[in-house]
This record gives sequence, structure tokens and C-alpha cells, in this order.
Amino acid sequence: MMHENKTGVFGKILLACTAIFFYAPIVYIILFSFNESRSLTNFTGFSLQWYEKMFADSSMMESVFYTVVIAVLATIVSTIVGTVTAIGLSKSKKVVRGVVEQVSNLPVLNPEIVTAIGLLMFFSAWGVKKGFMTLLLAHIMFCIPYVMLSVTPKLRSLDPNLADAALDLGATPVQALIKVIVPQIMPGIISGALIAFTMSFDDFVISYFVTGNGVNNISIMVYTMSKRVNPSINALSALVIVMITTVLLIVNVIPVIKEKKRRKTI
Amino acid sequence: MKQFRSMAYPYMIWAFVLIVVPMLMILLYAFTNKGNDVATIQFTLANFTRFFTDDVFMSVLGRSLFIAVLTTVICVILGYPIAYVIAQKGEKSSVFWILLITLPTWINMLVRTYAWMGILQDGGVINTFLGWFGIPPITMIHTSFAVVLGMVYNFIPFMILQIHASLTKMDKSFLEAASDLGANRLEAFLRVTLPLSLPGVISGITLVFLPAVSCFFIPKLLGGGQFVLIGNIIETEFLTTGNWNFGSAISLAMAVIIMFSMYLTKKVDTDKDRGNV
Repeated sequence: MMHENKTGVFGKILLACTAIFFYAPIVYIILFSFNESRSLTNFTGFSLQWYEKMFADSSMMESVFYTVVIAVLATIVSTIVGTVTAIGLSKSKKVVRGVVEQVSNLPVLNPEIVTAIGLLMFFSAWGVKKGFMTLLLAHIMFCIPYVMLSVTPKLRSLDPNLADAALDLGATPVQALIKVIVPQIMPGIISGALIAFTMSFDDFVISYFVTGNGVNNISIMVYTMSKRVNPSINALSALVIVMITTVLLIVNVIPVIKEKKRRKTI
Repeated sequence: MKQFRSMAYPYMIWAFVLIVVPMLMILLYAFTNKGNDVATIQFTLANFTRFFTDDVFMSVLGRSLFIAVLTTVICVILGYPIAYVIAQKGEKSSVFWILLITLPTWINMLVRTYAWMGILQDGGVINTFLGWFGIPPITMIHTSFAVVLGMVYNFIPFMILQIHASLTKMDKSFLEAASDLGANRLEAFLRVTLPLSLPGVISGITLVFLPAVSCFFIPKLLGGGQFVLIGNIIETEFLTTGNWNFGSAISLAMAVIIMFSMYLTKKVDTDKDRGNV
């Protein structure tokens, strides 16, 4: 195939359009968050007033706080539970594993709104007050499957003899787990945690249905405020974009730095 | 290693309580009337009859399916060439482009949809741009166009990633074999590449169609309050009207329709496979 690595003119134009299509809205929102006037179309001059307004708005700041706290807690809990469960399932009978994996994937395969109304009715049937706890429980619930989905393949490629060897050499099951199994599936755990964090951080549909009593996350804030023009939303949106991009950068850059350090010490 | 088995037990209980029970509750609510007591529970199909015999609800259902199918078709038509061009590139630039397409999906969907509100507005960026060339403003916001655009924008990455994955998995020697046997590039594409990448297209369709049918914030933001899709009705029934029984019935009907269309898509795929052999 002579033409294999060449992209034709058509391909180049197509890719350029794709990049513009994907990034124009993101650039637009960041740009206009610095706009001087209320206008969403004419850039009249640089100003930080929308950021000032955002930081002064207590309901906006609260939503940022709840989003971050929920995302961090949901990530920690779902990563631990998801990993522990995936390890347990990998040693379980095939039938059991199959059933649990099917059930656990239901929230991934179902339309989000269906999961959301199910949880809404469930919480209200038990008389749980809508708010922080319901939001956190729901987030943990929909994050766990993603952690399991990224840990399970790593467990499958793991040599089962390693843990046996550790046990034969006198390690307790807990030691075998922490010192032998976990380090080997670490990449899966980390990517699972990353997916869980962004899933929780970005979630709208499920949060919107299960929360209440003034506990809002950023998505709900944007949704309820977008009914009228308010450039503070642009500032909030820009903040969200910067936060998520930073998390992604840190996660992707840290391994590279570690690798460099490791090489230096060797 | 049986001692580790028990580690899965807590989650089994959790999954039953927080995943299975809520699903059962939707079923229960869908088939019962409002105000039923546990002691005097009576099952009914009234919620479903109300939904399927009402012209307004049926036209909303029709519109939702139409918008979702249109979105899916556009995602295949645009997504396939994009995935194909990326797959043709060398490894490094291929990784770069896939990253470029994945990145926006990590950013809040609501924020990205909100951005389109400003772009599509009557006095928005696009119309200002057109104005420079003397073209009169076009109404885009609060139309089906805006809704479909918003959906394509949000969901097309899933399509591109799935098709790209199936294209890179493909054994390149098949193409060499095809050209050795005298097929030209177009023939080789139609008879080798396309059939082999179909599984990717199918899973892409699943990933686009499912959120497109049930989405309610894209029609609300870009279609305006008057643009009602099935997801908006469910939202209203649960959060405004408070008729959970009827809302559950609609959700159940929607879930069944989605499952049925998934089943059909998968069946078309497997039947084709059989036909080829």
C-alpha cells in the first residue's frame, strides 16, 4: 500500500474541520468569560468582572465545593470497593462473576435518566432526605462499574501463581493482596479512579434527580442558570474546563516524571 | 485462592440494593396506580394505555426517535471518514488525533452544550460572522437543527473512537491480499475494510443512539422550552407533576424501545456475517 501513511487533501480538510468543531465552543466559552460586557457575541474588552462575580456568588462557590468534595469522596470509595470486588470476583465461580458483572453494568448500559428515576424513587421510599448523602451514594453507585471495568482486564492478565507463591512463602492473604496483587494491577486502578473522578465531576442527569435541599453541583448550577444570559456561567465553565484539564495533565505527566526519576537513580 | 472470594460479597449486597431494587421499583410503579398501598396493591396497564393512546405523547415519541435516528446517521456518515483518515495516519499522529477527540468528552457535557447556545443565538457568533459577508441572520437556536447539532457534537466522539478501534484492529494483510488478487482501492475498501469495521460501527451506533433518545438537557438548552422530547416528559413527570407511576411507565416504554432497537441492530449485523459465510 503506497498511500498508506499519506493523508489526502480531503483528509486534511476533514481533520481540520473536526478539530475546529470540537474546540471552537471550548475556546469560545473561555474567551467570553473574560469579556467586559454582558454580550455573548461581541468581545468588547478584557475584564475579570465575571470571575469576581462568580467568586462572590455563594451559591456558585457552594456548587464548586460540593462538586469537588463529592467527586473526591466518590472516587476514593468507588476505587476501593471496585478494586476489592473485582479481585473477589476474579476468584469466584464463573456464574457468580457473570451475574454480578451483568448487574453492575446495568447503570452503564441503561439510559442515565432511568437509573436516575430508579434512585430517586428508591431514596424516597426509604425516607432518605434528598441532599448530600443521596448525591454521594448515587455517585459511588455509578462510579464502581467503571473502576471494575478497568481493573478486571488487568486481573485477567495476572499470573495466578504469583499470589499462590506469596501464600506458600508464608505471606498472609492480606499481605499477598497488598504486596503482590495490588501493585501489579495499579495501572488499572489508577485509570479506574481517573474515570470515576471525571464521571462524578461531570455528572448531571443522575445528580439532578437525586439531589435536593439546596445541594447543587456545577452541572445543575449551569442548567438552572442557563435560562437567562449570565456571563458568570462562562466563568464557571472556564473554571471547570481548567480544573479537568489540570487533573488530566497531572495524571498523564506524573508517570512520565516518575519514569525519568527512576532512570536517573539507576 | 478461594479466601479472596468473600471480598465480592459486600458489593453483591450493595448492587442488589442500589441497582436491582430501584429497577424493580420502576417496574412496580409503572404497573400500578397512584396512591396504592402495599396491602391493597392493584396492578394496571392504565399508565401505558394513557401514553400510547395520546396523540401528543405519541408525536413526542416519534420526534424523539426521529431526532435520535438522524443524530446516529449523521454520526456514522461524519464519524466513519474521520476515523478512517485517523486510522490511515502513522502511529504517533494517530495517537495525537485520538487524544484530541477524547479530550472534550472529559469536559462537562452541560458546559459544552451551553457554549453552543451563545454560538447559535440569533445575534450569536455564527450570525455575526455571516453578517460580515452581508448574509442575513439565520434562526438556528430553538430549532431541530440546533438540537441535532448539539447531540452530534456531544456523542460523535463515541462513534469515532469505536470505528477507529475496529479499523486499527484489522489485519492489514487482508488489504494486501485483496490488491494482489486484483481489487482496486475502492473494491478493497468496500469488500474488506468496510465489512471488517462493521462491529465498530454497530457499537458506535449503540453508544450514540442510547443517549440521543433519552437526553433531556440538550433539547432544553438548544431547543428551548417548547422543544419537548421523551426525556423532557420524564423529567416533568418526576420533578414537576409528580406522577411517578406515569413517569415510570414512560421510562419503561423508552427502555424497551431502546433495547429492541439495539437487538435489531445487532441482529442485522450477525445476519450479514452469516450471509457472507
